[in-house]
Amino acid sequence: MGKNTTEATDATFAELVGESTPTLVDFWAEWCGPCKMMEGPLEEIAGEQSGKLNVLKLNVDENQQTAMQYGVMSIPTMIVFKDGQEMKRLVGARSRTQLEAELASFVA
Amino acid sequence: MTEKVLILGSGPAGLTAAIYAARADLAPVLIEGFERGGQLMLTTDVENYPGFPDGIMGPELMEAFRKQAERFGTKIISSDITSVDLSERPFKVWVGEDLYEAETLIISTGASARWLDVPGEHRLRGYGVSACATCDGFFFRDKDLAVVGGGDSAMEEASFLTKFASKVTIVHRRGEFRASKIMAQRVLDNPKVDVVWNSEVVEVLGDESVTGVRLNNIETGEQSELAVDGMFVAIGHDPNTSFFQDELELDKGGYIVTELGTTKTSVEGVFAAGDVVDHVYQQAVTAAGMGCEAALDAERLLEAWEV
Repeated sequence: MGKNTTEATDATFAELVGESTPTLVDFWAEWCGPCKMMEGPLEEIAGEQSGKLNVLKLNVDENQQTAMQYGVMSIPTMIVFKDGQEMKRLVGARSRTQLEAELASFVA
Repeated sequence: MTEKVLILGSGPAGLTAAIYAARADLAPVLIEGFERGGQLMLTTDVENYPGFPDGIMGPELMEAFRKQAERFGTKIISSDITSVDLSERPFKVWVGEDLYEAETLIISTGASARWLDVPGEHRLRGYGVSACATCDGFFFRDKDLAVVGGGDSAMEEASFLTKFASKVTIVHRRGEFRASKIMAQRVLDNPKVDVVWNSEVVEVLGDESVTGVRLNNIETGEQSELAVDGMFVAIGHDPNTSFFQDELELDKGGYIVTELGTTKTSVEGVFAAGDVVDHVYQQAVTAAGMGCEAALDAERLLEAWEV
């Protein structure tokens, strides 16, 4: 696990996304190649936006309840939460530049 | 600073070019792109790459390629290119604000999965529509699935998905598969697999998530609905050449045209290798072979130029 991201589990998920700071959750798994592609960009964004955007990682293999609850059927799926509400959902790997552009409105 | 060799892409072609260029002391720089490792990152067992009698996982193979390229001093940049200018030497490649200049350029940007482009498909991506069985098969335990396509990748996806799904229906436009015999037979022998021949998906159905697909029988024109919880698309790939449209000669399919028997493109000093060139073989081992050729071609040209 990267130093700038936090691991979420079924047990801690609700509390972690309940914050008023926008929180990006990366739904991933060990066996997913495109998820691995997102590791670097997410780690960097988490470092640079520290305090403005929390970045969580949820392993769908180990935390199926949360993945099901949010209807995740494809990974990587990245969902932005604010006060526990889903604000935006991004499905599929993308470049860091694209990801930053899509998150811009949350970290302004 | 002007690099001697700049490589774009990090699949088998790009990383093999890097290994050869690095060992020739050309200190290559490789811009890997966000789809690091290329299409093999989306596969599971690779059973036809020589040297691995028991097969190897695609992502593992690519990690090994990458390590080997780094071991000999390849500098890997983990970003996407944003624009290129190949009108004069040194060639220019931008990654956002960062400019890379190079005497020779090896393009190995590969190809990306093609979509069907039918109603419902885009809207339901991530809600039952997928092009990556290894990523998303897990979410379809005991569900019914459709796989669209008839080549090796469709066979591989269908086989893989039977580990999770209760039933996999392959929808194929023709009356027989294009896939290699061993892979087609493995799929046809699988009791969980059904095939709908001579048919195409014309619409993906479902409000919140996929509930079915509408099929059109190409021979009879008859339409029908197939109830499925997910659809996996494996109908081939398109070359990643959008940056080079105005810079290099491309063929009708968008592939980079190279001089027969070499990796030379229409611009001297620019070479191309792998799936970005190859619409025939499209194998990891052929891509790696072309990557080697591109590095040797670049090395020879640099020698001739006395750079």
